Amino acid sequence: MELLDEALKGKEMAIAKILTLLERGKGLDYLDYLASIGGKAHIIGITGPPGAGKSTLISSLIERYYTTRKVGVLLIEPSSPISFGSFMGNRIRIQRLYPEGRVFIRSLGSRGDLGGISRDSIMMIEVLDGLGFDPIIVETVGAGQIDTDITSIADTNIIVITPASGDDIQMLKAGIMEIGDIYVINKSDLYNSDVFVISLKNVLGSATSRYSLRPEIVKVSAIKGEGVDELIISIEKHWSFIKDNHRENVERRRRKLIELYLRNLISPLIVDTAKKVGLSSIKDAINSSHNVLKDALCHGKIL
Amino acid sequence: MERPIKVLIAKVGLDGHDRGAKVIARGLKDQGMEVVYTGLRQTPEKIVRTAIQEDVDVIGISILSGSHMELIPNLLNKIKENGLSNVIVIVGGIIPKEDAQTLIKMGVDAVYPPGSSMKEIADFIRKAVSEKRR
Repeated sequence: MELLDEALKGKEMAIAKILTLLERGKGLDYLDYLASIGGKAHIIGITGPPGAGKSTLISSLIERYYTTRKVGVLLIEPSSPISFGSFMGNRIRIQRLYPEGRVFIRSLGSRGDLGGISRDSIMMIEVLDGLGFDPIIVETVGAGQIDTDITSIADTNIIVITPASGDDIQMLKAGIMEIGDIYVINKSDLYNSDVFVISLKNVLGSATSRYSLRPEIVKVSAIKGEGVDELIISIEKHWSFIKDNHRENVERRRRKLIELYLRNLISPLIVDTAKKVGLSSIKDAINSSHNVLKDALCHGKIL
Repeated sequence: MERPIKVLIAKVGLDGHDRGAKVIARGLKDQGMEVVYTGLRQTPEKIVRTAIQEDVDVIGISILSGSHMELIPNLLNKIKENGLSNVIVIVGGIIPKEDAQTLIKMGVDAVYPPGSSMKEIADFIRKAVSEKRR
């Protein structure tokens, strides 16, 4: 348990090694211990379409938080469906060198998980939480309209969009525009953002949200640092509103971890079955694939 | 799905030419690796810190400014001081042959001048990582 002691002392090398163990399917004892002493941190989810400025915004949030708190940051990047590799460019927006143990940043690939987050990212949240990082900021893969899994793991969910994100018809759609606790209109220095804010206000005014708190809209220019103080106030307000029911959120994200673990286990079998099944009749293909899956589940062929 | 080989690609020092670094970063992504790209004007301190937090298997430095004999030994020292003993260090860019040999003697694992093939680099990384992991 030397690694754990070092990590608890804030040694970044030890923290990093524990995270890598989890990525390799090991280190579950560390996870269990840290989860048992964790479950306290405020998890801030940052999601939105590619290029909206999520990483730049995170950089300004770190600047505000790190002086008084230990900040954990997880940057989830898209893994290639072709090579399984990943080009991880988010860290380029976070250039400052912070004192050791104050700001811990880790990039990880989506690695086959859909929905904007990944199984490993939840395990990493548990570890950083147990080590006393708070807040933990999680950036999703650049999101499409239904990449909403971040809702299961974040306490405060921030949707980052730009004034060029379309008209009110886009805002009325299901999915990502339903899950924000805070909507950040980033790059507000670039366009006529007031019109966009008014439409968004109109749309959100009549919407329902997961907590009985109306979502807030904050105009930001992350690159100029404008609106970031207002955003912090909004984040902290949201946290103090939901804090008392935080246990439920911790339970929900741990259940999500189990769900993603099971999906990871079963999805190779599904892909393989779909590749091999005969296609002379689609009806037969559906039936026989169904049987392959049933058989695998009943006779312990998975694992 | 287990974590693929993880590589940090960075430009060190005052050098604004990042096309090569980007081509390499994308090429290694295409070879199935996870590549953290931190871009221009990195200091050895920053590179080592990022390498620690990301727990990368490989640090790849692109340098076209001619100051490799200053910056790379400095980086190697920082790597050693911080106990990053298992990380593989690769340098790419305009590096004269004699300098390349000196750098390798100092502890760089490989030097790739312009014209190197992506597959050659990726194969070297795969081999070196599997040897170091053992």
